[in-house]
Amino acid sequence: MKPFNMLWLQSAGCGGCSISVLNMESPDFYATLKQNNIQLLWHPSLSEESGDDFQQILKRIMSDQLQLDLLCVEGALLMGPQGTGRFHLHSGSRRPMFEIIKEISTKARFTMAVGSCAAFGGMSMAGPNLTEACGLQYDGQHPGGVLGEEWLSHGQLPVINIAGCPTHPNWVMETLIQLALDELSPAELDEYRRPRSYTDHLVHHGCPRNEFYEFKASAANHSLQGCLMEHLGCLGTQARADCNIRLWNGEGSCLRGGYACINCTEPQFEEPGHCFTETQKIAGIPVSLPTDMPKAWFVALASLAKAATPKRLKVNAGSDHICISPGMKDEGDD
Amino acid sequence: MGPFSRVEGDLEVKIETENNLVTRAWVNAPLFRGFEQILHGKDPRDALVYTPRICGICSVAQSVAAAQAIASAQGKTPERNGSLATNIILATENLADHLTHFYLFFMPDFARDCYQDKHWFSDINRRFKAQTGSVHKEVLPARASFLHLTGLLAGKWPHSLAIQPGGTTRPIGMQERIRLAATIHAFRHFLQDTMFGGELEQFTALQTDIELVNWQNNHPQSDIARFLAVADDLSLKNLGHTSDNFMSFGAYADGDEFLFKRGTWQQQFNPFNADDIREDLTHSWLHTRAEPNHPFQGSTIPDSDEAVGYSWCKAPRLNRQVMEVGAISRQMVDGHPLIRDLVLDSGANVRNRVVSRLLEIALVVPQMEKWVNQLKPGEPFCKSASIPDEAQGAGLIEAARGSLGHWLRVKNGRIINYQIIAPTTWNFSPRDIDDQPGALEMALQGTAIDDEGLGAASIQHIIRSFDPCMVCTVH
Repeated sequence: MKPFNMLWLQSAGCGGCSISVLNMESPDFYATLKQNNIQLLWHPSLSEESGDDFQQILKRIMSDQLQLDLLCVEGALLMGPQGTGRFHLHSGSRRPMFEIIKEISTKARFTMAVGSCAAFGGMSMAGPNLTEACGLQYDGQHPGGVLGEEWLSHGQLPVINIAGCPTHPNWVMETLIQLALDELSPAELDEYRRPRSYTDHLVHHGCPRNEFYEFKASAANHSLQGCLMEHLGCLGTQARADCNIRLWNGEGSCLRGGYACINCTEPQFEEPGHCFTETQKIAGIPVSLPTDMPKAWFVALASLAKAATPKRLKVNAGSDHICISPGMKDEGDD
Repeated sequence: MGPFSRVEGDLEVKIETENNLVTRAWVNAPLFRGFEQILHGKDPRDALVYTPRICGICSVAQSVAAAQAIASAQGKTPERNGSLATNIILATENLADHLTHFYLFFMPDFARDCYQDKHWFSDINRRFKAQTGSVHKEVLPARASFLHLTGLLAGKWPHSLAIQPGGTTRPIGMQERIRLAATIHAFRHFLQDTMFGGELEQFTALQTDIELVNWQNNHPQSDIARFLAVADDLSLKNLGHTSDNFMSFGAYADGDEFLFKRGTWQQQFNPFNADDIREDLTHSWLHTRAEPNHPFQGSTIPDSDEAVGYSWCKAPRLNRQVMEVGAISRQMVDGHPLIRDLVLDSGANVRNRVVSRLLEIALVVPQMEKWVNQLKPGEPFCKSASIPDEAQGAGLIEAARGSLGHWLRVKNGRIINYQIIAPTTWNFSPRDIDDQPGALEMALQGTAIDDEGLGAASIQHIIRSFDPCMVCTVH
């Protein structure tokens, strides 16, 4: 059976998505590739070939001697200054990296943007965006990018956006295996062409602070146990990912680590317009509301919830450990 | 020459040769993203979100430097529990890096076809070949399990917000401390079985080259012995010399103390003063000022048409000198007898850089066990403080690859200047106004290129011996 050939190129990013992929467990990355007959033609962090040996691989793909089933791109595409791509020239060939990627994508059966940078521009697009960064098929929220809105790979799929900063190793791997089995259809991609297998969820689902959320018992500062939405910038009620269902590095997640979700699977998350860890409010009400929550209801529910908050939650929310456990009875009860 | 696989990020090297010897080298970092522009005008707390995204392998190091710069601007120090947790998280990243470098980045070069005729080739090829070597099925799971420390203490890795100026966001309970200890013990046993072949404390007690050779002979199945055998055969101690100017910002702070001292070593120990740092932009594709600036006054304005520029990387200098950073520098400054002995004998070179990294793994794991024991569940992990509207602060730490500095200035409550100098910025810098080549440019000089020409394995070994991180270098 022919192997499924995969090429991984790094553009303007931090390499964190590759490093995250190496965190894959049960089974590990190489075991997973082997089990699924996936051949990693080249990866910048893992392959033996440098220089000319690497250029040969690209040449063989461009001349159709080597079939390219999947192109993975990590990192944003830099068009600047003034469309020259000079901010990111490929080592050795001195060609703009975005040109090389555009060229090789014409040969790929499928193309995957690994990480929010490759998907939408991500962190590389933050601030003044001096470097004219964009994603493969998106400029932030807007379809376009380097390949253009209408682009489809040979396998008739648009760029598949495994958004995240970084991505979870299993988001990458499960999508990769689906492609190797030819089982990924457009219906499984959401409105930003991200796999619905993880974006059908909200980070809010499974958050360990859910009881505090219900009663709006909020943490005022870091390391306290209460809900992080009201004061500390958490966007978990809007963020499209399954981070609190499918955990990270063993049993972790951002929220389990005690800090806000910054909505990193979303285009333009890198410019929230305010400090990431401080919730923007008007008259005490968060400007950015939970998904599908009408404002009037939010205000009413929050009000009721706060009036009904049990002492246990009120105290624990403002503390960095559990002071009152569920078993302890307060004189005020009964 | 380029691209180079198994270095973090984009690297290009140009060399000039005469009679099959490298006479000069120019090192280029061809990717510019502009983090210092991104940070300009932002709330200072946002540095904790943006700076880790400079690098996915040194993410926590950037977080720690940013947190320290903000704390310094606030005039505050973190809660001790938070410092301990920060050190454990940073050590986890640093050691995962050293491990990844040795097994995934560096050793695979000895499985290249050009070494087919060597007596050690068959064993090395079977064990360390890129992607298919047998060692990967041991190393990848051990590394991933070790990183569970970050899952518990920092939520996830890379890119965590757990490290704050006042401490860490994840208080640890009594039983969670036991979990942390168990994870570290498992990693210790993996290292003792696989990398060292014996107890970590016995390895770190080695003081001389002869004792190291004895260790190699007594533990022939250990991966360090395998490396030393190859290093001997290929005379790796004769490759990759620099000027032996070593620098360390001090590693793993605990109050005013460091686990590994702050200072410099230039034939003797000297105290270090951060005021003596300058960023020279002469050969960078950046707008040059009249004189090199201290980072508090520094700038990073791209100018891709800069006439004599050949890299996006700046040339940081200490008292106008080229400094080398990394594990070898830390251990020279701190005075580990084994590294002092090796460097006294043959200077900074490929073999000594690698040995220094492996020694550090053995030194830090027992220390991590101590830090876990010192955590006090029930006492605070994080304090809060506001940032003054006008302030400045610096965060100077040791990442896996060497000295990392963040210099922050706040005006009207916003970042007015933020300059970063990463370890590989020091090691892979271009020439400066005095035309002094950077550490790697120097290390490549005098290397013999065989008939293979530009692909010579020695060049690859020298480059990778520094464990470069190019995304940090330019940011």
